Amino acid sequence: MANPKIMASARTLTSEGLGERLGLFLLITPAILWLGLLVILPHVEIGILSLSQRIAARVYTIGFGNYFEFLSEPIYWHTFARTALLSILVTAITLVISFPVALYIAKFAVGKSKPILFLMCLIPFWASELVRTLGWMMLLREAGVVSFLLQWAGIAGKPVEMLYSDGSLVLGLVYGGMLFMIVPLTNALESLENAQIEAGYDLGGTNFTVLRKIIIPHAMPGIVAGAIIVFMLTVGNFVTPVMLGGKNGLWFTEQIYSQFITRFNWPQGSAFGFMLLLLSTGIVWLGLRLTGQGFSETLRRT
Amino acid sequence: MKKRSFLLYSAAFAALLTAGGANAAEKLRLLTWADYAPKEIVDAFTKETGIEVEVTLSNNEEMISKLRATQGAGFDLAQPSQDRITGPQAEFGIYKPLDMSKIKSDQFIPSMLEAAKKNTTIDGKVYGLPHVWGTDGLIVNTKLAPTVKDYKDICAPDLVNKVSYRTKRPVVLGFAFGMGMDPFAVYGDKVAYQAMVDKVGQAMIDCKKNVKFYWDGKDQLISGMRAGEVTAALGWDTIGWRLNADNADIKFIAPKSGALGWIDGFAIPSKGRNDDAAYKWINFNMRPDIAAKVAASAGNFTASKGADALTKGKLKDQFAESFPQAAIDNIKWYPAVPAGIEAIDGKMLDKVKAAN
Repeated sequence: MANPKIMASARTLTSEGLGERLGLFLLITPAILWLGLLVILPHVEIGILSLSQRIAARVYTIGFGNYFEFLSEPIYWHTFARTALLSILVTAITLVISFPVALYIAKFAVGKSKPILFLMCLIPFWASELVRTLGWMMLLREAGVVSFLLQWAGIAGKPVEMLYSDGSLVLGLVYGGMLFMIVPLTNALESLENAQIEAGYDLGGTNFTVLRKIIIPHAMPGIVAGAIIVFMLTVGNFVTPVMLGGKNGLWFTEQIYSQFITRFNWPQGSAFGFMLLLLSTGIVWLGLRLTGQGFSETLRRT
Repeated sequence: MKKRSFLLYSAAFAALLTAGGANAAEKLRLLTWADYAPKEIVDAFTKETGIEVEVTLSNNEEMISKLRATQGAGFDLAQPSQDRITGPQAEFGIYKPLDMSKIKSDQFIPSMLEAAKKNTTIDGKVYGLPHVWGTDGLIVNTKLAPTVKDYKDICAPDLVNKVSYRTKRPVVLGFAFGMGMDPFAVYGDKVAYQAMVDKVGQAMIDCKKNVKFYWDGKDQLISGMRAGEVTAALGWDTIGWRLNADNADIKFIAPKSGALGWIDGFAIPSKGRNDDAAYKWINFNMRPDIAAKVAASAGNFTASKGADALTKGKLKDQFAESFPQAAIDNIKWYPAVPAGIEAIDGKMLDKVKAAN
């Protein structure tokens, strides 16, 4: 004869365990769906699409023609190389500008000024990227604010055009990337003990030696993490190059857009998309190798 | 208790994520251009028929791409230019043939209806109807750039950094006409067309120093011309007339070698769910009183018979100034674009954009 009490408690136990597992499953589902449906599945489809070639209307075969087209047509890989080089430049400039800012927030700001400074970096990002870029256009255009101020101060004799060049493009991209550099840098620098810096000075180190031997090595994971994020965002940016880049600057994402939207050539666009994925992954990998940082190490420490 | 509420909340959370909006009201999903479906007209239509209209704004290329992505689903009525219906239809099959018995044909200007039918027929079936028509030509600040009379004049050395145009088909065709070639005559011959496009591409690269920016949205061009940053542009007549209303120096000029005439039409996507509503919208829009209001909103004339008489004076005066009779006779109307031609233009335009 079974004890009804024990049986009842056993039932609650299993149903509770089941409920918990079901709850966990339900909570994880969105993440899995997101990854599977929005990241993996589209990439598989794009991969397949990039291997199909148009022969005639509604007739397609499988082949690597789209990739050959990319390699044989100079304008495509010129744009590709240009995008890569400018993105590296943007990442480097962003790092140089953000480092002192992050260092100040992490080590010199005291009390309330610290969160306030952080907030000030954050506030521009409450507006959308489009609005921020339009703001730069207002400032830089020929009939814009900067041009007006230069004329007013007597520095320029006639309206100055500062828009639609590589300079304005880099400016816009650096501005857009700064927050994503400052956050990991500040995080990394905050864990640096003041005593360590003081010890450096006590041992007769100059400002430069302390920076080079103590601060930068300690901030390295933050630098790498920030650089990866900024580089990825820059390489894949679309709005800023279109709006600020102007007539000479074709960004690779614009090539992809034009293949998909204005030329209805999805297979070619897909091949370009894959090339961009390979490019950004390759450069990140190279960057990690050159700086001697491990990817998992970077993730763990920031 | 705690466990149960955890389960409950997570279930609710998951349900929330998957729940979609259900809407019972009858709806017409319209894919069209800016200003073609002003709120006033949409409201009047809903009041009369009880059908709600969901308007999505787009342009020719995006319309084709959107419909291609879904193989013709997602919209009940689209408004591509009538020259760009047969090509994409042959390539992607995104439209369905029209049932002409459901159209009140006597509301259309007969010659335009016939031309549109001829241009959009595949295998004896009609796919498109005419709606709004207008032209591409020169928008010129006549005070700052008095010499511009034809397409090639925008590349004159005195206009460095003062010019704007799009990197789209009409510009390629305009350049070709300006250089004394006839692109429409070689539409059927891909080799000859490629040779022509190569010449145009070189001219566009040489002209690049004159370009301030390649405009994309019309507001960009309007603000550039208002500020005086751009003094000559290639664009739609309606932009020129809108600018002319604020600044009489800015005029729309029909180029000497001919303005390009386009007709935006109606076409029903192949997987449209509400054809009846689509036909109702078409018939409603072709009524002279409604068409006149759309014309005023879009700044262009329509294919509706009798709407001209109701159109306001300003637009008519501007049209008369831009188009003396000889210029009207010289309008180059777009013939249907054969499949494959757009790829040739597109590649050349990519080269132009990437050139330094």
